[in-house]
Amino acid sequence: MRGMTLIVKSITQLMAPSILLLGIYIVMHGHLTPGGGFAGGILIAGCFVLIVLAYGSEEAKSEVRKWRATFSESFGIFLFWFLALLGLIQGTYFFYNIIAKVNTGQPYHLFSAGIIPLCNIAIGIEVGAALFAIFITLVVFKVEENL
Amino acid sequence: MLTPLILLLVLMILGAIVALESKDLLSGIISLGIIGFALTIIFLILHAPDLAIVQIVVETLTLVILIAAVLKTTREDTTEKLDTKKVLLWGAGLIFIVVFMLTAVKALRHLPDFGLPTLRMARVYIDQGFSITGASNLVAAVILDFRGYDTLGEATVLFTSVAGVVTVLRKVGRKKS
Repeated sequence: MRGMTLIVKSITQLMAPSILLLGIYIVMHGHLTPGGGFAGGILIAGCFVLIVLAYGSEEAKSEVRKWRATFSESFGIFLFWFLALLGLIQGTYFFYNIIAKVNTGQPYHLFSAGIIPLCNIAIGIEVGAALFAIFITLVVFKVEENL
Repeated sequence: MLTPLILLLVLMILGAIVALESKDLLSGIISLGIIGFALTIIFLILHAPDLAIVQIVVETLTLVILIAAVLKTTREDTTEKLDTKKVLLWGAGLIFIVVFMLTAVKALRHLPDFGLPTLRMARVYIDQGFSITGASNLVAAVILDFRGYDTLGEATVLFTSVAGVVTVLRKVGRKKS
């Protein structure tokens, strides 16, 4: 897939950082405002998809590495399972909100609600990397026909 | 409030029929988008901004991925026609619809009325969710604290599907035929 025109490339340079920032904001504030790990992670993936589509897959092949996307995806799901297992390590139940049981934090502030924002960050990493991995597998690194 | 919902539902059904019947794959994908975006508006009308945000970003990204995949491969529908007579297929579909409707009428009678979605279980979440978890977004409190197993299962399903896609479309280790 070839890249698009100069207009699309310039607008992408302006828009992509804001989209990435909005995705990170939605992930971090998932326990305070509408949104959360799934929506923010997909926005982060959409930022990278926009860059790859605007600059073309030939240019993306020199910059994009598939193992980075799959590694971050595995890291995210591992972090989520580890957060769920923390309850068992502490001697309570699986998926027990151990931090909120001690102290729920100041309500309506960023550091509140125990492990919920940590779980949101783990889901955000996992979902964003997963959708970007599917995209680059289907579009950039597709299997040649003669193989 | 019911009239725009019914109109949007009719639009979604029409979009589904066009997506199934069109011969051009690209127009099929575009009419598939009608379903997702109409669902976003329905979620907004029903005061569910969490679901609306997730639905609109998922729909946009999946449409982009599908369109990019279709533009790289083929645009023609290459599904082979079945040899069975059409009367049989239509008859089986109609019988299934009638059976489904009869069971649905019996099951829906036990649900609370439209606009009264607060079930007995949800009452506990709404009353005590904020004081137990400290999360001001109740949806986050439900999906990551009270119903955390569901979210863990969803994330694992996504991980498994990505592992499947990457494995099927891999380059290393393929046998040359």
